[in-house]
Amino acid sequence: MTESLFYFLASLTLLCALMVVISRNPVHSVLFLIITFFTISGHYILLNAQFLAAVNIIVYAGAIMVLFLFVIMFLNMNKDSESRVKTSTLSKFAGTIAGGLLFVIMVAAVKDTTIAGYNADTFTSQTGMVETLGAVLFTQYLLPFELASVLFLVAMVGAVMLGKKEAGEQHF
Amino acid sequence: MESVELIYKAVYILVIFGITLLIATYSTYAERKVAAFIQDRVGPNRAGPFGLMQPLADAGKMFFKEEFIPAKSNRMLFIIGPGIAMIVACMSSAVIPFGDMLIIGGREIYLQAIEVNIGMLYIFGVVSLGVYGLMIGGWASNNKFSLLGAIRAASQNISYELAMGMSIIAILMMTGSLSLREIAEQQAGFNWNIWYQPLGFIIFLTCSFAETNRTPFDLPECETELIGGYHTEYSSMKLGLYLFAEYINIFVASAVMATLYFGAYNFPFMENLREAFSDPVVGNNVVTLIGVAVMFAKIFFFIFFFMWVRWTLPRFRYDQLMKLGWQILIPLAILNILLTGGGILLFD
Repeated sequence: MTESLFYFLASLTLLCALMVVISRNPVHSVLFLIITFFTISGHYILLNAQFLAAVNIIVYAGAIMVLFLFVIMFLNMNKDSESRVKTSTLSKFAGTIAGGLLFVIMVAAVKDTTIAGYNADTFTSQTGMVETLGAVLFTQYLLPFELASVLFLVAMVGAVMLGKKEAGEQHF
Repeated sequence: MESVELIYKAVYILVIFGITLLIATYSTYAERKVAAFIQDRVGPNRAGPFGLMQPLADAGKMFFKEEFIPAKSNRMLFIIGPGIAMIVACMSSAVIPFGDMLIIGGREIYLQAIEVNIGMLYIFGVVSLGVYGLMIGGWASNNKFSLLGAIRAASQNISYELAMGMSIIAILMMTGSLSLREIAEQQAGFNWNIWYQPLGFIIFLTCSFAETNRTPFDLPECETELIGGYHTEYSSMKLGLYLFAEYINIFVASAVMATLYFGAYNFPFMENLREAFSDPVVGNNVVTLIGVAVMFAKIFFFIFFFMWVRWTLPRFRYDQLMKLGWQILIPLAILNILLTGGGILLFD
């Protein structure tokens, strides 16, 4: 049951991720990206990581993608402005060859790797639960956690500084 | 899971779904009656006794209206928009504990659809998705007023979600749990969170008005500036779904406020009442059933409060809305977190 669910979710994820790139309409791309985040949250739930699943939806689908959609609606990009960007035959060739090379390198890289399975003796299903996660974050990984929060604070202050009104500028 | 348990859960979810729709339906009637009462009018009184059939008449009218899709709109997204608004609104009541447990035939039955240990995050995630219905519908209409409404909805929701999340953090610091059932159980009797978190409650209440797009924060559909805002181009039952989703959101927001701050299904002297019965099973069931009634009484009070405010306060200006969100509510929420932290350090 879980295995078929995994393959269903994985194929849905890949399909939606592809549609993000293929869609002509940027709003459709954003919507497919949102579905992709949902399927990834589904993977987290399969791994019994409820907290990550919920946070993934709140942060990515609920906040960041709303901002994406917001900006794209403002830019008013539609099919007409998209088709004006012409791709020459040369760039298509270059793109195909570069993509093919990347694919070969990936095959070569994957060939020799061994994928670490889980050890049934040491495996705990509670790893993804919010209590365990919190305990680990605030003991073992306290320093990186605090440093990351400082980084976010700096980014926030920077964003506020950039968006600040210049002296004499009037918005309303 | 046992099949009995599965059947019970399925029935329970259907019942909650039905109750949600019923309450949302009669919220439209209550809204017009409350408006009439506040403005010293009679209100709807033609369809049935006291106008009680009015919501059915309204819905019937909606269904028979012409279905209109603008020529240059994005047809698929135009249809999906109200659907998303409705589905997301219906999803959020799944984790709310409407009552404690009943004991029937030796089996413990919890009056909650799903118990997850991240219940609060679930609600928060679903609420944050609600804005997509508005945004997609407003954008797909290919109308400047709709687009402006959609953009207002997006920026308003993002701004107020921050303050809302921070006011919830103070509650989580006190209870130490994200599970709504556990939060409800910790408020047994009269030990409600509102006594410890009055500031947090006011922030949460203000933000839920903004998240449900109710007056004084109904700028996405502000009719004096934007005709109908994001639903300018919608007609027939698609418009009905948007309006209906708003009432479901009010119901869910009221239920969440009752659960987080007003003790959910708990009421004073419930332990005394439980011990008054010689048979513990009967006592438990009586207390639980009264608890369900108490929970719904609290929810109805909050729904009434939403309406009361709507017909009392005028609408904010857009810059006032943003200023309130970013410059007043968020600093207040941070202050509330600090106060709560200090309180926990001092008294625990």
